[in-house]
Amino acid sequence: MFLTYLLRELSNRRKQTVIIAAGMALAIALVIVVSGVAAGVKNAQSSVLESVYGVGTDVTVTQTAEPGADGPGQRFAFGSGDGTTADDGSTEVAQSTLSAARGAATFDSSALTTVEGVDGVAAATATLTLENSRFSGTLPDFSQGAAGGAGTDDATGGGTDAGTQAAPPTGGADGAGGSAFDVDQFSVTGLDPAADAVGPLTSASLVDGRSFTADDAGADVVVLDQTYATSAELAVGDTLSVGDADVTVIGVVASTSSDAATASDVYLPLDTAQALSGLTDQISDVSVTAASASGIDALKADLQTALPDATVSTQSDLASSVSGSLSTASDLIGKLGTWLSVVVLAAAFLIAILFTVSGVSRRTREFGTLKAIGWSNARITRQVAGESLITGVVGGVAGVAVGLLGVLVVNVVAPTLSAAAAAETAGPGAGAAAGEGGAGGAGGGGFGQQVVQATADVALHVPVTPSVVLLAVGLAVAGGLLAGAVGGWRASRLRPAEALRSVA
Amino acid sequence: MTDARETSIRSTSTSTSTSTALPASPGETDPTTASGGTAPMYTLTAVTKTYQQKKRTVTALDGVDLVIPAGQMVAVQGPTGGGKSTLLQMLGALDRPTSGTVQLGDSELSAAGDRALAAVRAREIGFVFQGFNLVPTLTAAENVETAFADGSTPRADRRAAVEAALASVGLAERADHLPSELSGGQQQRVAIARALVKQPTVLLADEPTGSLDEATRDEIMDLLEGVWRDRGLTLVIVTHDSAVARRAQRRLRIAGGTVAELGS
Repeated sequence: MFLTYLLRELSNRRKQTVIIAAGMALAIALVIVVSGVAAGVKNAQSSVLESVYGVGTDVTVTQTAEPGADGPGQRFAFGSGDGTTADDGSTEVAQSTLSAARGAATFDSSALTTVEGVDGVAAATATLTLENSRFSGTLPDFSQGAAGGAGTDDATGGGTDAGTQAAPPTGGADGAGGSAFDVDQFSVTGLDPAADAVGPLTSASLVDGRSFTADDAGADVVVLDQTYATSAELAVGDTLSVGDADVTVIGVVASTSSDAATASDVYLPLDTAQALSGLTDQISDVSVTAASASGIDALKADLQTALPDATVSTQSDLASSVSGSLSTASDLIGKLGTWLSVVVLAAAFLIAILFTVSGVSRRTREFGTLKAIGWSNARITRQVAGESLITGVVGGVAGVAVGLLGVLVVNVVAPTLSAAAAAETAGPGAGAAAGEGGAGGAGGGGFGQQVVQATADVALHVPVTPSVVLLAVGLAVAGGLLAGAVGGWRASRLRPAEALRSVA
Repeated sequence: MTDARETSIRSTSTSTSTSTALPASPGETDPTTASGGTAPMYTLTAVTKTYQQKKRTVTALDGVDLVIPAGQMVAVQGPTGGGKSTLLQMLGALDRPTSGTVQLGDSELSAAGDRALAAVRAREIGFVFQGFNLVPTLTAAENVETAFADGSTPRADRRAAVEAALASVGLAERADHLPSELSGGQQQRVAIARALVKQPTVLLADEPTGSLDEATRDEIMDLLEGVWRDRGLTLVIVTHDSAVARRAQRRLRIAGGTVAELGS
């Protein structure tokens, strides 16, 4: 009887049922899409962060750079005897420098020992983030001009005598005294070759050659990011100039995520990187794996206490360092999407409640009659609540279907979001250098005190988990029950005497 | 919150006579039934019912004393606003008096809680309304089945009782029809079947022929008289129609909240 009555009422009041169910479906679909997109954006952020810090990193320890600590910038100094002079008199010069990446402060490696001594640390490894700049080019034969005039390099004269007829310089890049210079930069990360539990290479897979072993400590060997190796036309066995040393390529790695490149172009053993850069016993960050996922906040606090001058960041802190359109999407979905879902959900609930109460009011005589013939308040409330619940469930099922369709559309379209994971530093102008686009590769910090550690174009993939579907159905059931409870309460307050109102 | 009156019906008297002597025919008046002779089905003592209406107190029933013996057919007439509805609500356990007592058989209704009153309605009383008051989305059989309010009767028993009730009002063939597919007279027959299916001791009819034409009115009254006679029900009919009222054993007139005997 209960089910028969319920289904007859719903089918008889089809328009009202459809409106309530459609409102609920819209809200549920929105919840699924927003939740899915939020999860997708979060996954994309994690993907970018993992490419920088590696899988399993719960906390990173860095040092805040002092404003202006980078100094005037890189400088290449050539002596008079440097370079190789060709037959036409032009001189080929080349020089590499390996230094700390701009904006990435270095600190004493004893911090690693301190970190490892803190309770709750399961594993920790130190890295040194560097930047290699190679300056190369061709200088013209300036001796032609010097030979034809007087006063050049004269300690008293100071400069070329304008009164002489100097011959123009020859040679150089264009054969007429011109010059051409190339500046090649790539990022270098020094890491513990024995570390395999945590660190940047935990999110990389070997493509060619071999990865580091403990025996590589202090050796002049490198592992290259696949994207960089391709662009620089380098392969296993080739030699690469890093700083003032030639190092041998022993392997090529690629990010395990298809969405992003690895954290650096070139990987060196930590002590080799320290030696080549002159940053002995210096590191730029420590990646930490917590012993317990639930103890990360406490671990952060303990690390901050142990290293008061350091910047300690959890994954959620680091997520805020992801910039670009991915960040915009994250903000959008986090604010507008969530509020939109809440508003639509509230509106759907309200519509369901109002229609249910309105339906109860229209059925006053019906419920009054049922009460008159002995129906209890509880039975009438159950009947009304049942009708609302089924309407909510129908709306929920439809909403899940529409939501899944929306997710499918997003996944088919797969909008590309650019992302940049940046280690933020202090000082005026911070944030200026968070760049966009460009797969893989690290860029240098600009005027702003921020260094981009990795950029990536991330294709948004929206996951759908059973928990999201259950949440959606749960919300639909809750909406139906809420509307039913209000409607049932309204029905239970009707006086059975209403049924006799027609009596004069 | 628990209603202080949410208690079981309490018995206030012990009837020594349980037999009900039906009159030989409708319309035959036994003057002793108003005060004794058979066990009273209803005993109303000094029943007053007042309402607050726009800061004004309206007295719908004013110290009504009334005894309705079991098995009696009573017609209640009176002007609009005279208190017919209120009296029927008291008899039907739909409302409680402001003062005085209403006793149905051995059960005192005045102080009973909502749940107890609902149980009395489900067990003892059948209602027939002027507007039929059928659930429009349910078939005739399903409407009759709604009378099994507590859902404790087995499904097979319910179905059998519904079939028998519909057959008793001549609508066995219309069991699967919706109310909208039935005439007014047929709808009222369904309503009568709904009222009778649970074998009540009292049948209260609120203008049962008010929405029907003359021929159908007579059919319905024949039906009501038939079941009253066959089942020994106590039948109370509120009506404006003197032709209907004249078929009752006893006629009451209620006006200004007071009840007076009209005789047969």
